[in-house]
Amino acid sequence: MKVYLDNASTTVTDPRVVDLMLPVFTENYALPTSEFIHTPGQMVKDLVEGSRKSLAEFIGAKSIEIVFTSGGTESINLAIKGAALEHGIRGKHILTTAIENRAVLDSVRFLKRMGFDVEFIPVDREGFLDLEFLDKSVRKDTILVSVQTVNDEVGTIQPIEEIVKIVKEKNPDTLVHTDATYALGWLPFNVEGIGVDLASFTAHKLHGPKGIGALYIREGAKIAKIIDGGYAEFNMRGGTPNIPGIIGFKGALELVVSNEVERIRRLRDFLYKQIEKNITDTVLMGPKNFSKRHPANLNVSFKYVEGESIVLYLDMKGIAVISGSACFSRGLEPSYVITAMGHSHEDAHGSIRFSLGRFNSEEEVIYTIEVLKDVIKTLRDLSPLGGN
Amino acid sequence: MALPYSKRLIELFLSPKNVGEIPDADAKATEGSPACGDMVQLFLKVDPETKRIMDVKFKSYGCASNIATASIVTELAKGKTLEEAKSISWKDAERELGGLPLTKIHCAVLAVDALHTAIENYEHQHGLLKEKTPTTPEIIIQRLKRVIDPRKGVDVMRAKTVKDVVVENGVATITLNLKQDEEFAQHLAQEIEERISPLWDIEKVEVKYS
Repeated sequence: MKVYLDNASTTVTDPRVVDLMLPVFTENYALPTSEFIHTPGQMVKDLVEGSRKSLAEFIGAKSIEIVFTSGGTESINLAIKGAALEHGIRGKHILTTAIENRAVLDSVRFLKRMGFDVEFIPVDREGFLDLEFLDKSVRKDTILVSVQTVNDEVGTIQPIEEIVKIVKEKNPDTLVHTDATYALGWLPFNVEGIGVDLASFTAHKLHGPKGIGALYIREGAKIAKIIDGGYAEFNMRGGTPNIPGIIGFKGALELVVSNEVERIRRLRDFLYKQIEKNITDTVLMGPKNFSKRHPANLNVSFKYVEGESIVLYLDMKGIAVISGSACFSRGLEPSYVITAMGHSHEDAHGSIRFSLGRFNSEEEVIYTIEVLKDVIKTLRDLSPLGGN
Repeated sequence: MALPYSKRLIELFLSPKNVGEIPDADAKATEGSPACGDMVQLFLKVDPETKRIMDVKFKSYGCASNIATASIVTELAKGKTLEEAKSISWKDAERELGGLPLTKIHCAVLAVDALHTAIENYEHQHGLLKEKTPTTPEIIIQRLKRVIDPRKGVDVMRAKTVKDVVVENGVATITLNLKQDEEFAQHLAQEIEERISPLWDIEKVEVKYS
């Protein structure tokens, strides 16, 4: 049996989405470069604007507030570097957390080299940011606060609404960006209710295609453009847009149904209950209160064994998961997310992330539990640290 | 399939040879630590007459390369004399495995280190040292550099966990910058004891807390 449980990295593009995209390669391939474009261009323009409207409505925004990009990483770069470039004269202070996506961490690191003052808000053992620290840290010269809506490794859902409220009360001019790449379609997300200025999205974590993302820029919030080359996307992003991707993005959103999220949530809960029941000495990474956790995420550390061995064994049995073990990072360091949350290196090395998606069945989860039981037992038999 | 592992490595990962412990081992060594993500424990049974390795077993906490290299190293060492086994290098292990990814070389080094340390420990305890150099605090510090502080993921000397080392009349006293009731204190003391006590002229290891 083949079981793909790495949906937080990326999902399979739903075949129905692919069907929507194909004609854009061969029939509606023109570019809507101007308002007064030829007929083939007009047709594509309608399609693109239909997608924009669809995403805008999905998150409670206006069409003019949506800029399509090449993905979550570009959206995050545009939000953070764009905000810094636009407001750098006013202030240099930027706040974020140490458990953000690499796109956020690398962007703020770059800005730090450029002279910005980057500060990290601590997180607790479950990954929740310290709201008091945030409250104390927002200053007159704080130009940007960037906090993810949900962490894709440990599933922690941040109280974004509260975060925005705290920041705006301290400094209404501070922009708030949220990396919502793993929230879209999975969690309720309405920009009006939340009050963020900037939000990054991607389609491929939602059974949409890769290479397409979007940035929500609240009307009135100003950021600089970082990719130059023409006036496309309200003059916020130069270059030829990924039109098949834009059409696929709409398709992915249209396929989101809330009862499916509930089905996946139950499957995830079942997986965790069975692990707890059948395997001793495990540590749950991320929120213990599952209502504050991404519905498709589970992250468990297995004591006395190392993650890469577990991953490889599971892979031999057709099950795809990832680990926070050092063997999975280029720098041979254990997961920065788990260590920043204050867990030991040992627990990070033994951590396994299971992330479910639309096409996982109960049968697959049952198979995974059966295999996992054997794998952990085999590896613990081998371990000098014991466990069996 | 593009996994950077050889077929032989995967075979040994799935069915490693010489796994287990030797309860009445003549020598034992542990290298690495769970904090680093890799740890090998190795047990030796040595013929006192011929100084040949009669049996060798290992236990491993680590990735596939770690398990496979430990398996290879035990296979290479079995039946060899201590002198012969000393010359086994990580390159031998790598060759036997049909290559190792660059980032995994340390796994082979770890398994070979465990073998060499076990042999060294045996020599210390069975009067086989050619030169009986009296143990100095420097010698102890060299050994302590292989003990990892689980809180920091670096060795106890670099982590400044060790405050003081004194050797007097066969007693090694190691003082730690730790309180006795701290989470890892017991575990760390035990590891230090295991690491220092094989030295030929050390009769007792005392770990103190500050």
